[in-house]
Amino acid sequence: MISLPFIAVIILVSMALFAIIFKRNLIKIVMAVHIMGSGVNLFLISLGYTEGGIAPIFTNAPGMQMVLPTPQALVLTSIVINIAVVALMLSFAIAIYARYGTFDTTKVRLKG
Amino acid sequence: MMEHAPALAIAIPLFAAFAVSLIGKIGKRIRNMWVILSLILTELLVIYLNYEILTNGIHTYALGAALPSLISPGGFPVRIILEIDAVNALVSFIVISITLAAVVYCWRFMQAISKDREHIDRFYSLLLLFTAGMIGMSFTGDFFTLFVFLELTSVSSAALVSFFRDGESFEAAFKYMIISAIGALFLLLGIGILYSQYGLLNMAAIAKEIMLHMSFLDKVSLSLIVSAILLKIGPVPLHMWKVDIYQKLPAPLVAVCITSSLVGIYVLSRILFSVFFVMGSLSGWIIIILGVLSIFVGVTMSLLQKNLKRMMAYAAIAEIGYVMLGIGTGLAAASKDFGFIALSGGILHTLNDALNMGLLFLITGAIFYATKKTDIRDLGGLAHRSASLSALFIIGMLAVSGLPPFNGFVSKLMIYESVFCLNPLLAVVGILGSILMLAIFAKVFVSVFLGTPYRRKFKKMPASMMAVMWIIALFILFLGMFPEMAINNLVTPAADALINHEAYMGGVI
Repeated sequence: MISLPFIAVIILVSMALFAIIFKRNLIKIVMAVHIMGSGVNLFLISLGYTEGGIAPIFTNAPGMQMVLPTPQALVLTSIVINIAVVALMLSFAIAIYARYGTFDTTKVRLKG
Repeated sequence: MMEHAPALAIAIPLFAAFAVSLIGKIGKRIRNMWVILSLILTELLVIYLNYEILTNGIHTYALGAALPSLISPGGFPVRIILEIDAVNALVSFIVISITLAAVVYCWRFMQAISKDREHIDRFYSLLLLFTAGMIGMSFTGDFFTLFVFLELTSVSSAALVSFFRDGESFEAAFKYMIISAIGALFLLLGIGILYSQYGLLNMAAIAKEIMLHMSFLDKVSLSLIVSAILLKIGPVPLHMWKVDIYQKLPAPLVAVCITSSLVGIYVLSRILFSVFFVMGSLSGWIIIILGVLSIFVGVTMSLLQKNLKRMMAYAAIAEIGYVMLGIGTGLAAASKDFGFIALSGGILHTLNDALNMGLLFLITGAIFYATKKTDIRDLGGLAHRSASLSALFIIGMLAVSGLPPFNGFVSKLMIYESVFCLNPLLAVVGILGSILMLAIFAKVFVSVFLGTPYRRKFKKMPASMMAVMWIIALFILFLGMFPEMAINNLVTPAADALINHEAYMGGVI
């Protein structure tokens, strides 16, 4: 049985890949990278989910079922990294806009 | 103290990177001393690790454990583990040596390029972050840490690409950032798939599970991870970003960037050999075909370039192709003798590639320093102004195109003769590539160094830059004269460590 989060992951990642390849606007490309990051994060977090589990704080849950803690740690790190990447890419986009006056990749020399 | 060497080798450049902008406030000289000192310290630690691994075998280190040797309490690895054997010790040694050479070279080079002190502060701290990322990538025994360090190298090197702050360098940086962000997310997806099956992130532990049974999902995640790492290495179908960033980076940094693709090659071979253990024809042939394509396209595109750095960048892609040819043959014929020779040739060629292309890019930087030009058509007759530089260029040129008595000859010969046993056609392509490479570099030598004496402004080269280039050239000569020393002491243990994947697993479990 394929559960709902995984379908969402597939939709998000393929949407982002489509946008990165076919869109011409730098800001849209940055947004697509962020969407792809969110898709991967959603994938990781749904891996660790157990039905009816609670937050993995050991003292909180004696004897109760917890969701897996490792994916949550991974996702935290990955969110931070993703934000750094997106911030850097946005600053590049702003710098390119300042030099060329456009966000359109067909007018700037490079292609997406 | 010394048992913490693996963690310290990552922590020292990391700490130094953040301290640079603080120390830069005191003075330029102190800041440069600080950067060099931290790198020398790291270099000493890495040399110590090399020595220890060659005498005592694999060194594993659990971060955050009460005892660093307490790796898997209860037979289950729980912490972030650094696992260092002969291959990654060698790779990190190459990385840190080239970085140290580049930083010593940068002392005077950066003064000439930029007067803004804070700009150079940021440059140095990004460079140190980049180094820490590369060492981390090579030391880690854990998939998620691999992802973190991969992103660290991508972000810091992308920020370095925009060093000159002109439109083209921002474009190159943006392009590079898109490619590496996609690559890193693919890697994370692959890691997620592996985690979903085994609940493990440690490479060695996953390798043990995969050896028992390789499922379809494993293959999916293998292809995701390999494509992510290939995006980082940049062989031919994926090389577009690489030429741009090599052209826009300051020249000494390109030498460092080349070692980062070598780290990528190490990670690729670690994943293929040690973790997934796919020693068979298909994956080997994929690497071989990518390598041959890189040689062919790199050399032919190099012929057409007018810009010195761009031309060298294509030559660097061709050199990466030789390494991949060696590693791929080692993978495709893992059980045979010539497969082992090919693998050793590939590993030796990583060392040679870092030295040769590093030297050539440093020479390009020196030409830029003296004349402020990088276009081949604007240059000519430089030999009349600096005989020493042209001698260095000849050494680099002959070494890169694989002529005796230089180091490129040894590793390329090892690759040719073993590849010939697999398929003679591949050896023909390799040798043709080498010959064409010599032709290209000879053409560049004639148009840049020979001809009527160069009459325009020519700044005198400082001694530190010359000294660094000559030391690298001496290493090239030394490795060419006495290759068996490097092969017996460094390369064969490294190839053994790659082939012998049970020892790698045994390091953790």
